[in-house]
Amino acid sequence: MAKKRVMIVGGGLAGLAAAMKLAEVGIEVDLMSLTPVKRSHSVCAQGGINSCNDLTRQQGDTEWKHFDDTVYGGDFLQHQPPVKEMAYWGPKIIDLMDRLGVTFNRTPEGFLDRRRFGGTLYKRTAFAGATTGQQLLYALDEQVRRWETAGMIKKYEFWDFLGPIVDDQGICRGCVGQDLVSMEIRSFPADGVIVASGGAGLIYGRSTMSMACTGSAASRCYQAGVKYGNPEFIQVHPTAVPGADKLRLMSESARGEGGRVWVPRTPHDPRNPMSIPETERYYFLEERYPKYGNLVPRDIATREIFDICVNEGLSVDKDRQCVYLDLTHIERSELNRKLGGILEIYEKFQGVDPRDTPMKIFPAVHYFMGGLWCDYQKSADGGLVVGSPKNQVTNIPNLYAIGECDYQYHGGNRLGANSLLSCIFSGLIVAPGVEALLQNSQGAAADLPASLFAQAKKQHQERHNQLLKNAGGENPYLVHQELGEVMTKAATVVRRNAQLEAAYETVSALQERARNCSLSDTGSWTNQNVVFTKALQDMFPMAKAILRGAILRDECRGAHYKPDFGMPALASTDDAARHQEAQEWCDRFEVNNQKFLKSTIATYTPSGPEITYEDIDTSLIPPRPRLYGLVGAEVIEQVWKERQAAKDSKSGNGAGVGGAGKVAATP
Amino acid sequence: MSDHSHNDNASHTSHGGGHAPPDSFEVRVLRQDSPGQASYWERHRVKYEPEMNVISVLQQIAAHATDVDGKRVAPVVWDCNCLEEVCGACTMLINGRVRQSCSALVDNLLAEHPGEIELSPMSKFPVVRDLMVDRGRLFRALQKVEAWIPVDGYYDMGPGPRQSQSTQEQTYPLSECMSCGCCLDACPQYLKVELTREEGESEADFEARKRAAYDEGFIGAHAISQVVLFNMNPTGKMQAGERLDAMMEEGGLMVCGNAQNCVAVCPKRIPLTTSIARAGRATTVRMVQKWFGK
Ligand SMILES: Cc1cc2nc3c(=O)[nH]c(=O)nc-3n(C[C@H](O)[C@H](O)[C@H](O)COP(=O)(O)OP(=O)(O)OC[C@H]3O[C@@H](n4cnc5c(N)ncnc54)[C@H](O)[C@@H]3O)c2cc1C
Ligand code: SF4
Ligand code: SF4
Ligand code: FES
Repeated sequence: MAKKRVMIVGGGLAGLAAAMKLAEVGIEVDLMSLTPVKRSHSVCAQGGINSCNDLTRQQGDTEWKHFDDTVYGGDFLQHQPPVKEMAYWGPKIIDLMDRLGVTFNRTPEGFLDRRRFGGTLYKRTAFAGATTGQQLLYALDEQVRRWETAGMIKKYEFWDFLGPIVDDQGICRGCVGQDLVSMEIRSFPADGVIVASGGAGLIYGRSTMSMACTGSAASRCYQAGVKYGNPEFIQVHPTAVPGADKLRLMSESARGEGGRVWVPRTPHDPRNPMSIPETERYYFLEERYPKYGNLVPRDIATREIFDICVNEGLSVDKDRQCVYLDLTHIERSELNRKLGGILEIYEKFQGVDPRDTPMKIFPAVHYFMGGLWCDYQKSADGGLVVGSPKNQVTNIPNLYAIGECDYQYHGGNRLGANSLLSCIFSGLIVAPGVEALLQNSQGAAADLPASLFAQAKKQHQERHNQLLKNAGGENPYLVHQELGEVMTKAATVVRRNAQLEAAYETVSALQERARNCSLSDTGSWTNQNVVFTKALQDMFPMAKAILRGAILRDECRGAHYKPDFGMPALASTDDAARHQEAQEWCDRFEVNNQKFLKSTIATYTPSGPEITYEDIDTSLIPPRPRLYGLVGAEVIEQVWKERQAAKDSKSGNGAGVGGAGKVAATP
Repeated sequence: MSDHSHNDNASHTSHGGGHAPPDSFEVRVLRQDSPGQASYWERHRVKYEPEMNVISVLQQIAAHATDVDGKRVAPVVWDCNCLEEVCGACTMLINGRVRQSCSALVDNLLAEHPGEIELSPMSKFPVVRDLMVDRGRLFRALQKVEAWIPVDGYYDMGPGPRQSQSTQEQTYPLSECMSCGCCLDACPQYLKVELTREEGESEADFEARKRAAYDEGFIGAHAISQVVLFNMNPTGKMQAGERLDAMMEEGGLMVCGNAQNCVAVCPKRIPLTTSIARAGRATTVRMVQKWFGK
């Protein structure tokens, strides 16, 4: 019998964590990636990675609270057992990364230093300078190189995953890949396939993501029958620096250190910003949110900046949307000390010194909460059964999804510094499950009839050949640009049904055009043109799932904001009336949850996504309203607590294992 | 860090003062269709847009795929990913100097060389096609020097050893090396190794032959600096001797002629010559110890 092998698609944090863990238990791994794995998108993460730690523990923090913050931040849209397990692994994962040599910042006594991130009261975030993602990725890359040298891991870098191989019983038996240099297409038998292909920023044209984030691998699984969960949930970061090629992230810390956001009161004022007098500047966040000022939460900042440019027409530039993020009132030396690293990035790419001239920023697509649907096995204590082959498996047996391309951990909205954690966690947890899968399965995939693999290869070869021959006259790069524009306009910050419907039509028309691309390179050596065109064509099924999911979700939840279906603020000033109003608010909240506190599940069909809904396991922490910034929040909270208490006393239940009583929104 | 002349942050160039930006400019690209073939120059006219970098120039060229005379040509092939100078993919020679193309701003390049930008592939690595080269040798060097922490395993064993702030301040900059290869391209001692697969040679045999040839060549400044990094880590130290031995083999540290070109071109400003000096001292000590059979 041939030896059993596992194929991992993607060598970001998630894929590398899975690879090293599998190698450790003696399983041989093939690792396929578009880029050398050391150059994966995970290198871009700057901020840090979260876990409860010895210090926060003594301030009252627990793993349970980290779990609670994550679920609350995600607006209760995630199954709770995997999230709970992740939070409890958090401290151990950071210990492991520390042992692997990550150059985390240190305290004077030599412990790991921590900082505070959004959505929590505790300093949970470990960091390594301004390049935490890079440092974490390198530590895993080094371990994988170690196993590669020992012969346990074989890398296929500069390879494109073209799709899973699914047999007639619906079981995954391997995958097809294409060498981006020689253009050879090859079938890889595998006893388990783990997809770890990251986010899909390129569907939006430009985003904060890297060029390999095309979503093509996830889309190819979706088109092969894997369900796609919560497609409409896309995080938009409030402050990115618009560039001709990419929207580069400007860290939240710029506002944290006193940065002020403004626009000239005169639309497109051509003057040098430094010569615009104070009275002619509109500090809209400070005026609209006197209490929080420039430090309103991410989603609110995003919406306000969007509103000022799109609805009020007050963008700084005429031909492109942006506002000023101004640090020029702060001492140079102070700026250098606190923000040196990130200001250098701005200066390097914009060619302008942000210490002298206000930065120009605009929100940008940043993270995909949704992704390939996957399963888990719940343990008696509400976490996961470690070693269960169900953990992270998609609805196609033997095909797994981990990292940003799964839908499992962040629900409606992701907290800062939680993604690096979920990526490493899902990579580590998938390994023992796949090990069990291999132990229990009969025979090796490599011993299956060769026709299965030949057929799969043939199918992809035909698609490839057809594309090279195509003469429809369309230019893939221009179609991509248009796709990005439509998606960015309709399906980012503010969503309206009419716009979404129109976008769906436009995207369908663009999809037709993408089928008619003529290639400017028809060669058979390192043809990036054909690879890009394939990826482009595969963006459409996902784009349609995003749009359809957004159209059908008539509510506001997490990053999905539809003002036509928002929950109103309280209007009355009279106490009793306000109380009554809060009761009605809570009634409405509950009715809405019955309808929409469900994962969106998209199933691929050639004519467009079929959308169904899946109940969510909220057995550990009962859902509660997420009220940040709403007028009347205190009254609603009060009323909500009373109602919960009444319910609990009726049913004789506590509110949850350890979450009892913590109903208040995090201030 | 001391200042480096290569680090052309735009503070040097005046913005909005004096010259109006051009409507368009010319880009000369040194192309090569596949390994072993002759290279040729191709000229493209690119429409000027504000805040362009070399990546957006190449994107425009790919989208139009016509040369300066309007002739249809295949899009230029190049490598990139992060577009924020942290993945190391996009290295090439720009106006003759090795650097990252994502952080090469058109305004600055045109200020240096009005009207024209010249792009060519790295000179020390085999060209795959156009501006894309095969940097497998660079990663092979990391295998050779065992650039990793040899932990027992990935089970939970508690935290790693405590480390001082000053150690972190020394190791962090070294661990920012993104394997871009600029330091290698600029190094006079790093010579190109290019092999072609022979008739009937299996893929595995070809890989093995390449590895052997790479191992004979100079490992390069980046790998030396990684040895220093891992030998500073409290756990990594336990294997310090093995890493130093690898550096004393053929193609090791002694090949370095101390020309210091490497440090001048490193986009991450890694103190490579400091690392080389440290490694030099450590290998000397190691050698002496070995003589005395320790
Ligand atoms: C600018 C920025 C800053 C961020 N900062 C933080 C932060 O501070 N903290 C935090 O927690 N999170 C942060 N995030 C989010 C986090 O970085 C990502 O979610 C995470 O790195 C994703 O890791 P991954 O392993 O899932 O995928 P990636 O790192 O994206 O890797 C995907 C892999 O899949 C491969 N691949 C893709 N498609 C194919 C295909 N068709 N064929 C073959 N291989 C393929 C790629 O080559 C790559 O190896 C940030 C994100 C961005 C954009
Ligand atoms: S100092 Fe050594 S490694 Fe650096 S460029 Fe000179 S010869 Fe090369
Ligand atoms: S040392 Fe510097 S120049 Fe050399 S590979 Fe690393 S980052 Fe690049
Ligand atoms: S594209 Fe990553 S360094 Fe330039």
